[in-house]
Amino acid sequence: MPLVSSSGNSRRALPRAGRALPRAGRTLPRAGRALPWALVTPALGWTLLFFVLPFIAMGFSSLTAHEGGGFTLSNYSQFFTNPSYWQAMVNSLEVTAIVTVVSVLLAYPFAWILAEQVPERWQRLALMLAVLPFWTSYVVRSYSWLLVLAQNGVINRALTGSGLITEPLQLANTRLATVTGFAHFFVMLLTLTIFANLKQLSPSYRKAAADLGAGPVRTFMHVILPLTLPGIMVGAFLTFVLCIGDYITPQILGGNNELLMPQLVMMQIGRRGDFPLASALSIILMAVVTFAYLACARWLKIERA
Amino acid sequence: MSVKSASGNPLSILKRHLHAACAATALLLGAGSLAEAADLNALIWCDHSDPALLQPFEEANNVKVNVKEFEGTGAGLAIVEQSQPGDWDVMVIDSIDVPRGVEKGLFEPLPEDKLPFADLFPQVKMDGSTVVGGKRYGITEKFGYNTIGFNKTKVDPADMQSMASLTSDKYKGKVAIYDYYLPVIGMAALAIGKKTAELTEADLPALKDELLKMKANAKLVGEVTASQTALATGEVDILVGGGEWVTAGLAKENPALDFSIPKEGAVLWSQSLAMFKDSKNKDMALKFIQYIMSPEGQARLATSSCYWGMPANAKAALTDDQKKVLRFDEQPGFLARAQAYPAPNADLDKKMQDMWTEMLQAK
Repeated sequence: MPLVSSSGNSRRALPRAGRALPRAGRTLPRAGRALPWALVTPALGWTLLFFVLPFIAMGFSSLTAHEGGGFTLSNYSQFFTNPSYWQAMVNSLEVTAIVTVVSVLLAYPFAWILAEQVPERWQRLALMLAVLPFWTSYVVRSYSWLLVLAQNGVINRALTGSGLITEPLQLANTRLATVTGFAHFFVMLLTLTIFANLKQLSPSYRKAAADLGAGPVRTFMHVILPLTLPGIMVGAFLTFVLCIGDYITPQILGGNNELLMPQLVMMQIGRRGDFPLASALSIILMAVVTFAYLACARWLKIERA
Repeated sequence: MSVKSASGNPLSILKRHLHAACAATALLLGAGSLAEAADLNALIWCDHSDPALLQPFEEANNVKVNVKEFEGTGAGLAIVEQSQPGDWDVMVIDSIDVPRGVEKGLFEPLPEDKLPFADLFPQVKMDGSTVVGGKRYGITEKFGYNTIGFNKTKVDPADMQSMASLTSDKYKGKVAIYDYYLPVIGMAALAIGKKTAELTEADLPALKDELLKMKANAKLVGEVTASQTALATGEVDILVGGGEWVTAGLAKENPALDFSIPKEGAVLWSQSLAMFKDSKNKDMALKFIQYIMSPEGQARLATSSCYWGMPANAKAALTDDQKKVLRFDEQPGFLARAQAYPAPNADLDKKMQDMWTEMLQAK
C-alpha cells in the first residue's frame, strides 16, 4: 500500500492512507480477527485473576471495620490522623527519593563507560558481570550487607585495623544501610535501561554536534543527556516502584529504627490480623505510585532515536 | 458475636464471596499436592517443622505431617479463614490467643483424660486462656521468658538483675529490643511496677515513656532472627525480651550468652496446641497432640532446631546437659516471679500496637 501518492504529494496522500487502514482491518477474515484476542487472553485472564480481582477484594476490605465488619472510612482516616502512620509514608518517600537519585548518579557513568569505553566485543561480558548481583537471592544479599556493615563487619574492621577510627561506626541498622542495600540492586537495573538507551543513539548526533562546534561537555549536556532521559526515567520509575513497596531490605538492614510503609502494612497483619487497615494502607501506597507514574508518564516511552 | 453482626452486611457478604473465591482458587492450585499425602495438616510455628520432632511420629503412625508455618495469630487465623473447613487438623497458637480461635468457632474441646495435664508445670496450664466456657480448648506445650538476654563476658551479670540497666547510660548503644509489642510492653510494665494482667489504657502514657527510654538506648529493634543474630555476633550485648529461646540453642557455639530473671520479674510466654473442630482426622490429630505432650515429644520440641524453650511437661525426657542449658531446676523460682503476657482486649491491643509504632518511629 503506497504511503506516497503517484503524484509524489505525501502530505495529501497520508490522510487517504490513514483512512484506508481501518477498511483493511475490516476485511480481515474472522479467524484473523480472533487471533490477536486469543493471544492476549492468557495475559488478560492472568491480570484479571491475580491483579484486578484481588485489588477489588482489597478495596472492599479497606472499607470494612476490623471489628464488626460494617462499612467504615476509619481505615483511611487513621492514616491521616496518626502521625506515626504518616511518618512511615514520609520515611518511605525520603528513602525512595535518596535511593533513586543515588542509583541514577552511580548507574549513568557506569552505563556510559560500558557503552562508550568498553570495546564492543567485551561489552556482553562486562554487562553480564554488571548484573551478577541479580543472580543471588534478594534476602541473602541483604543479610550479606548486614555482615559487611556490622560492628564487627568488613568495613569497621578495615577502618579500625588501619587506625582511621578507634570506635566502630554504626553502619548496620540505619537508614544508610537500607539505602546501600537498595542502591546495590537498583544501580544494576538502571545501568541496563540507560545502557540500552545509549546504545540506541546514532553516532551522527555527536558528529553533528561536533560539526556545529560543540565540545564534549556541551554535546553531553545538550544532546546526549536529553536523548537518554527516557532510559533514565524508565529505570528511575522502576526503582521508585520497587523500592517504595519493598519490605525485605528495610526490615533486615534498617533495624526497625524507623518504619517504612511496607513494614507498617505487615505490622497490621502479624498478631491482630487487621487486614482492612493493611488494605487501606496498601491502597494509599498504590495511589502514591500512581501519582509518581502520572508525574513522569511523558518520559516513560522509549522512542528509537 | 462480631461474626453474627457482620453476616447481613453487603460488604461482608461480598468479602465472604471473594474470600471463598480466593480459597477455591488456592485449593484448586494446591489440590494435587494435598491429595497425594494429606494425612495430618498442621498450622505451626517454626519449632514444629524440625524433622527430628516430626519423623518419629510419622514413622510410628505411618502418616505424613504437612506443616505450614505462620508468624502471629492474626496471620494464622487468616490462613484458616481462607481455607475450606477441614483443611487443617491442629494449630500452634499463643496460649493467650486460644479464646480468639474459640470465639470464631474453630477449635474442638480437648479430652482432658487423654492428655497429661497432671504432669504440666502448674503455672503454665494457663486455664484463664485455654479453658473457655468450662471446656479446655488448648494445652500448653512449651513456655519460656521474655526477659533480659545478654553476653556475660561483655556486661556485668549483676547489672542484669535490674531492668533499670536497660535504660542506663552504661549500656547505651549496646541494647537490642525484640520486635514484638506485647512481651516488651509487659517488660516495660514490670519496670514501672505494674502488673501485666492489670494494664489499662490509663497506663499507656507511663508505658510509652519507659519504651521510649529503652529505644533511646537501643541499636535496633529486631524480629526473632535479627535480634538473635545481633546478640550472637556481638552487634549488641543485651537483648530486651530475650531469654532461653535466644540463648539456649546457641549455648554450644556461644556459651557466653545467658539470661536473667531480674528482680522486677519477667514475662512468661507460652504456646498451646489446639485441635480444629472441622478436622477430618481428629483421632490422628489427638495422637499428634499426645505425642507432642509425651516426654519424648516434649524433649524434641524443647530442643527444636528453630528455637529452644522449656517443655510444659515436667517429665520431658531431656538430658542433664539440656536441662542445664534450659535452667530446668531453677524453673520453680523463675515461674514464681514471672507474670503472664498482657492479654488486652481488641481495643487496648490496637492502642498498644499504635504505641509500639510510635516507639519505633521515635528518633
